[in-house]
Amino acid sequence: MRVDGKGLIDRDTCLNFTFDGQAFSGLKGDTLASALLANDVRLVGRSFKYHRPRGIMTAGSEEPNALMTIRRGDTKNPNTRATVQALYDGLVADSQNAWPSLKFDVMELNDLAAPFLSAGFYYKTFMWPKAFWEKLYEPIIRRAAGLGALAPSYDGDRYEKAFAHCDLLIIGAGPAGLMAAVTAGRAGVDVILADESPRMGGRCLDETVEIGGMPSYEWAAETLSDLEGMANVRLMPNTTVTGAYDQGDFGALTNNAHHLADCPAGMPMETFWRIASKRAILCGGALERQIAFPSNDRPGVMTASAVRSYLNRYGVSPGRKVTVFCNNDDAHRTAQDLADAGVAVAALIDTRDDAVVDQADFPVFTGGRVTATSGRLGLKDITVEHAGGKRVINTDCLAVSGGWNPSVHLTCHMNGRPTWDPTLASFVPTPGAVPGLTVAGSAAGHMSTAACLASGQAEALAALKDIGAKGAAIDLPSADDAPYAITPFWDVGGTGRAWLDFQNDVTTKDVRQAAKENYRSVEHMKRYTTQGMATDQGKNSNVAALAILADATGRGIPETGTTTFRPPYVPVAIAALGAGGHGSGFAPQRFTTSHAATDERKAPMIEAGLWYRPSYFPEKGERTWRESCDREVNMVRSTVGVCDVSTLGKIDIKGPDAGAFLDFVYTNMFSTLKVGKVRYGLMLREDGHVLDDGTTARIAEDHFVMTTTTAAAGQVMVHLDFVQQCLRPELDVSFVSTTEHWAQFAVAGPKSRDVLNAVLQSPISDETLPYMGWCDVAIGGVAGRLFRISFSGEHAYEIAVPARFGDSLFRVLVDQAKAHGGGAYGMEALNVLRIEKGFITHAEIHGRTTAFDIGMQRMLSPKKDDFIGKAAAARPGLMDDDREQLVGLKPAGAVKQIMPGAHIFEPGKDPVRVNDQGYVTSVCYSPTVESVLALAFLKDGRTRHGDTVMAVDHMRGVTTECIVCDPVFFDPQGGRLRG
Amino acid sequence: MKIDCPLCGTRDSREFSYRGDATYLNRPAADAGAEAWDDYLHNRDNPADRTDDLWHHGMGCGAWVVVTRSPASHEIFATRLAKGTGA
Repeated sequence: MRVDGKGLIDRDTCLNFTFDGQAFSGLKGDTLASALLANDVRLVGRSFKYHRPRGIMTAGSEEPNALMTIRRGDTKNPNTRATVQALYDGLVADSQNAWPSLKFDVMELNDLAAPFLSAGFYYKTFMWPKAFWEKLYEPIIRRAAGLGALAPSYDGDRYEKAFAHCDLLIIGAGPAGLMAAVTAGRAGVDVILADESPRMGGRCLDETVEIGGMPSYEWAAETLSDLEGMANVRLMPNTTVTGAYDQGDFGALTNNAHHLADCPAGMPMETFWRIASKRAILCGGALERQIAFPSNDRPGVMTASAVRSYLNRYGVSPGRKVTVFCNNDDAHRTAQDLADAGVAVAALIDTRDDAVVDQADFPVFTGGRVTATSGRLGLKDITVEHAGGKRVINTDCLAVSGGWNPSVHLTCHMNGRPTWDPTLASFVPTPGAVPGLTVAGSAAGHMSTAACLASGQAEALAALKDIGAKGAAIDLPSADDAPYAITPFWDVGGTGRAWLDFQNDVTTKDVRQAAKENYRSVEHMKRYTTQGMATDQGKNSNVAALAILADATGRGIPETGTTTFRPPYVPVAIAALGAGGHGSGFAPQRFTTSHAATDERKAPMIEAGLWYRPSYFPEKGERTWRESCDREVNMVRSTVGVCDVSTLGKIDIKGPDAGAFLDFVYTNMFSTLKVGKVRYGLMLREDGHVLDDGTTARIAEDHFVMTTTTAAAGQVMVHLDFVQQCLRPELDVSFVSTTEHWAQFAVAGPKSRDVLNAVLQSPISDETLPYMGWCDVAIGGVAGRLFRISFSGEHAYEIAVPARFGDSLFRVLVDQAKAHGGGAYGMEALNVLRIEKGFITHAEIHGRTTAFDIGMQRMLSPKKDDFIGKAAAARPGLMDDDREQLVGLKPAGAVKQIMPGAHIFEPGKDPVRVNDQGYVTSVCYSPTVESVLALAFLKDGRTRHGDTVMAVDHMRGVTTECIVCDPVFFDPQGGRLRG
Repeated sequence: MKIDCPLCGTRDSREFSYRGDATYLNRPAADAGAEAWDDYLHNRDNPADRTDDLWHHGMGCGAWVVVTRSPASHEIFATRLAKGTGA
């Protein structure tokens, strides 16, 4: 119910919303949780396993019960914690994990079966028969034990990634964080203050304490307005720091728009930040824990601090008659605040016999225990046992405090372990656990407001010193400094089930049973019971579960240890983590200069790495790619074809030692290459296997242009960097990638020279440009280079011009080719042309083949003392006859198709691994040879030409009888190249 | 993670690519024998406390950098250019 005169909400602005279709209204400043409580809605969800009715338990991001789906349709957001969902007008919320309705959930039958559903039930029960798991058990369990469902289609919302840098990152804007921020802000350093709430102030907003002689929320507002005036301080509300990483890097998630009815166009719903800081201070506060007692999970059972938050911040009492149950002084404030606000307090029950409560105008039971509760869909009564006997108290809200757990999570993200503090009965951060991160305020175990303020300032001053900035202590405002007195109390005991992990339905009995079954390690207990594995990651249950396990195993809590806290601190949507990483953000597109002209000719594109290249150029009447491909192959063989080959890597190499450098990276000689000539080169890795191949032209005595394959362009550049910097630094050579600076086109076919002579300013001839030569050329006043090289086996050239002329040159060349009976050709034809000639690509030099395997052992120059891969290539085993060697295959039987990837067996041999003779790497249909052709690697293949083998594709069920032949299927003498 | 490139200054680690142990700098002579080459190509220590790694500043200046760091804590102790230094 709403309480008059309380709360930091705007009572004049009414906001309408629905929950499970029912209309409600709240106020501006409400969260969905506070608005539901203001409307006396107590039942908000069902638990994961037993489908027990559950209510709101906390007022923060640690909420285990109040998980809801916000919005409907494609932008719905499941598993939203109602406690952090700001209310807006028109908000639509729906409960999860209940059918047909929240009040009547069929799966509540699970709760009756609870004696059989204890820890390890799934592991023990659904073991047999094995085949049933995937088909039967798992789907049923998944349907029964579910969280919210994802939107049915692609997430329609926008998310983004962003980067921030600062001197000092302060995590949390409660009293300690605000004090640290003011201290650092005044010192002039670059500060980021991040807080998960839309309104900063932390517990300053939740308590009735005073700071500096004014209500704490006023002090927070004043301090924030100070900070807003500082240009060097950046306030990031709605931002949860989710993880601590190496060298002062932090991950953080900003909610930009979940509090808005409509996300403005262009605004991302969430932003995932990577914040790079020189120093950081964690001021994340502490989380209150529960006490285990029978049936402690009924709607209406909450943390004592949450009840204060709802009362003081939102002006809502979660009950009309509230009882407080605690083991520490701090929770007494809850009873006092409620009484002061005029809310009926049924009783204050403190487990300590010696608890002192001053001036209470409500019943106080010291040494008391809550031993039972009742109320199926919401708390009605509790049973209290104390020195004076046993009584039943009528109450609709039980505010429980088992003490406070400092939020140590971030300090454990780099493998750190927290330290047990027996005075606080809690784990506190271990100093130095994350380099550069210190901890202030209650996160460090300082439990009074005054101590929080003092430690915030002290840690800020220490951080400033580390950064090398000068800070000055300012007078600390006066504040409450009452000691935090607590006597650990974990478990009331008794016969009923007492919950530890509310979301995953783990009870004290489950933990004790795990211990009994020898899951004594805390990591085993966690996995056996699933305690701490829900969306709250054990924030509400870890320490209590440890205490129970410690008790059950006869150890102390520090000896029992903790499980590992890992990022993220709160659930982070994959969409936020992966923002920008889909579509072209995942794989950028690289376009050649002929892309537009290619597109105009309606050529379908295929991806070659990041590049987009044309598959084929369809002509009118062609219905399949094969028709186009066959025509393009015939065209190149009979007239002329033009193809963009700019994607090949080009590296410009200069310096007096350029020749010596190439001799070292290639297996064959380049220092002897004459200016004006081009040579094919083979590159090995240092382990003796082939790295790449390509042609290199000598432009001048000290100047070469190397080409690499498209696939290995980047790899070769890195390799050359290594060789030059690390292995041969004495060589005077430098090089740079010019792949994108030159547009390069293959002009191939018997009429290629005619086409070129139609566009070149000075015609070429066999004498001026013989095979494997190059020369400078000019086309319409543009200087270019013309190389007489061939990847098709035809009389062919590659012409290169600066990239800005690529588009027009491509159009001119294609027009000229057409005039000579030819045209453009694509990758499919290029592939057929090279297979017909037995030219290799990375399908053959795939990383496990040697020069010997591809028949190029003669290119390992014996004249050179050393080159990359020379020593390793000579290892035994890399040149053995029974290695798989490059051969050609042609179908010889009834089956005319050879499958790429098929393995090769001898006829009559069982096609199993031990009989494997090799495999097929490339396949095409050759219109020139009028047969399917394949390149393959076959054991001792070079001596087996003429043999019959079987190519077997087990996956597609195709077996082809093949005849082994030379891998050069067409024009083996190479007459056409020189023609 | 950030790496100090000796040429460019402190840069985000995503500008670099990891290229294995710095043993790769100690290339044996061509005639050093099979054992020396086997060691160079295949055998690496795997210490928990301190390693010399090679990183290539591919999204930056192209320098090969020797990074001395702890594989356990990820702390970086020193960086230097690989050029002409040997491991």
